[in-house]
Amino acid sequence: MTTSTKKIEESASLQAVHEEETHGDHRLFGLIAFLIADGMTFAGFFAAYLTFKAVNPLAPEAIYELELPLPTINTILLLLSSATFHRAGKALKTNQAGLCQRWLLITASLGLAFLGSQMIEYFTLPFGLTDNLYASTFYALTGFHGLHVTLGTIMILIVWWQSRSPGGRITSKNDFPLEAAELYWHFVDGIWVVLFIILYLL
Amino acid sequence: MTISIPPTDKVSLQPKGLLRYLSFSLDHKVIGIQYLVCGFLFYLIGGLLASAIRIELTSPMSDFMARDVYNQVLTLHGTIMIFLWIVPVVNGAFGNYLIPFYVGARDMAFPRLNAVAFWLIPPAGLMLISSYFITGAAQSGWTAYPPLSITSPATGQIIWILSVLLLGGSSIFGGINFIATILKLRRPGLKLMQLPMYCWAMLGTSILVVLSTPVLAGTLILLSFDIVAHTGFFNPALGGNVIVYQHLFWFYSHPAVYIMVLPAFGLVSEILPIHCRKPLFGYTTMVYSIMAIVVLGLMVWAHHMFTSGTPPWMRLFFTIATAFIAVPTGIKFFNWVATLWGGRISLNSAVLFSCGFIINFVLGGITGVALAQVPFDVHVHDTYFVVAHFHYVVYGGSVFVIFSSIYHWFPKATGKMLNENLGRIHFFITFIGFNLCFAPQHWLGLNGMPRRVAEYDPQFTFVNQISSFGALLMALSTLPFLWNIFHSSIKGQIAGDNPWEGLTPEWLTSSPPPVENWIGEAPLVTEPYGYGQKDELLELEERTEEVSERAKE
Repeated sequence: MTTSTKKIEESASLQAVHEEETHGDHRLFGLIAFLIADGMTFAGFFAAYLTFKAVNPLAPEAIYELELPLPTINTILLLLSSATFHRAGKALKTNQAGLCQRWLLITASLGLAFLGSQMIEYFTLPFGLTDNLYASTFYALTGFHGLHVTLGTIMILIVWWQSRSPGGRITSKNDFPLEAAELYWHFVDGIWVVLFIILYLL
Repeated sequence: MTISIPPTDKVSLQPKGLLRYLSFSLDHKVIGIQYLVCGFLFYLIGGLLASAIRIELTSPMSDFMARDVYNQVLTLHGTIMIFLWIVPVVNGAFGNYLIPFYVGARDMAFPRLNAVAFWLIPPAGLMLISSYFITGAAQSGWTAYPPLSITSPATGQIIWILSVLLLGGSSIFGGINFIATILKLRRPGLKLMQLPMYCWAMLGTSILVVLSTPVLAGTLILLSFDIVAHTGFFNPALGGNVIVYQHLFWFYSHPAVYIMVLPAFGLVSEILPIHCRKPLFGYTTMVYSIMAIVVLGLMVWAHHMFTSGTPPWMRLFFTIATAFIAVPTGIKFFNWVATLWGGRISLNSAVLFSCGFIINFVLGGITGVALAQVPFDVHVHDTYFVVAHFHYVVYGGSVFVIFSSIYHWFPKATGKMLNENLGRIHFFITFIGFNLCFAPQHWLGLNGMPRRVAEYDPQFTFVNQISSFGALLMALSTLPFLWNIFHSSIKGQIAGDNPWEGLTPEWLTSSPPPVENWIGEAPLVTEPYGYGQKDELLELEERTEEVSERAKE
């Protein structure tokens, strides 16, 4: 058998193999592994913050009690957005593309509202990034989380655009992008809850 | 949920021949070789830097390089060898090449992510090295401890941080891919406890990568804020805390040692049984030891910080936890010896390097247990004793295994045999050179020679010269190896599909393997180490026949 005929046979049999074989879809598994890794980044930040707090106490006059109302509203906004995202997913599963898009838009606006209110908080706080160790850690933690919210909002808007009917690529049969964005969004919410407790309440 | 794969002509989309190694190929075997060759090129650069260090240290004064150049050279040497050679090669290269075979898959779980993970490495490496020529490289060692890293020239340090972040990202992507491949892509009928040992080693390593690398990434981001935005996380002058950096850094960098050496353990466990025709001794204990090392490895980081003012309870805890790691490691060591015991050993280059590994690693392990003891560690901290210990583990351990694996799997990847005589010459020069280079450094450290400095007390001159002579031998040993690779890949003896008569799945296909690993269905290997049984050869023949029959169909 010459090499060229062997090659042809090889690729023919490969095609045959591909036609019969199905793989499991492991994208969600991969995403979960990635979120665990991402969560470890936050865990490192939290550990650093708590250690700073334990071993490097500030002078009493430098301590500033954080205002609670705005961050509480932020928490509610994010928790609400998790619920609306869930509704969007449900709507997609029952083939209601229009409803799904509406819920997605609400979720994205809640995300944007969170970012806006975070901005307001930044501008009203009496300390800046380099003032002291706490100020720096505060901005690093909330900033890194805000980056996640920004990315998540962009993802939601992409999912929103792609789930339009007709013409969108996300349908009840191909709902992985929505599912992935949803999982990521819940993760970001969960991190916020931990962050809220550690940074504002403790 | 399942996705059916539409028939593709992926095969023809990729460039043929050597060009595909420069392409964004999705084939795990191509990516594995990309990792290996790229890593080896960086090894040569890191080796040149090591030679420069040893030349400098032949005399007590800094007469070969300026002191700040010496600092840059040692920082680059450490960073390149760890992040660009050992970690990518023991994980990325062999992992990508072998794991899909071992689990009976046609590729990794996420082929595109896999290619992305590889292609992050060359730019990161080039960026790191180019910083030397443009602005001066980082000068604070591979640990980048603040406040040194904050006060040394900023540009080089920031480039260092960026490239380590990229390499960390590559490592995390790789880790996710390995976990998904091993846990999710096993062919039907293949149980976890039937997997070859390297799969277990890679599973453990990938768990460590996914859990600890992100912490390093976060820490380096904070460090870069300290350098660029003048925040005070780790800057005592601004009320920061350097010890927190050390904790976070070692939370990654201690597991990083296991990330470098666990895959090597796995590779040795593949190589020894084939060449001494015996089953791997104590498979189950090997699996549990790997998992024990993973768990303990995450809990021992502060033993690097005994001189950083750690409180007594912490010293006690981390000493005991570290000493515990000797137990699973010792189990593995005895299992390898028991595998060799009474086997029909063919003393080829692969086995020689593996045995070299066992000898060196036991020495590195013993000094490791010694270093875990606070009174001893306080005495030798930051001396050449630590340098000697570390190189016994990562060079005597991991790099010896990398060479062993190249001799073992070269016939599979290329279809050609390597020259055995050149291989033996390579081994003996490396082994003698390595021990000559690093054994005397134990003495240097015990007598108080500090590491990371270009100048030293003249009483250490002679021993340093012995060490440098050993380094010269190590450098020379690369020549027969390079010639061997170059010559054998052109004129080497044809290997055939299964030159070592192995039973693990990668040997049950052609050499080099076809694009999707097998023509027809993947073989089900439930007993990867069934050597030395009476019907072994018969079984092997049957299996090979089965595979070739399927190919004909």
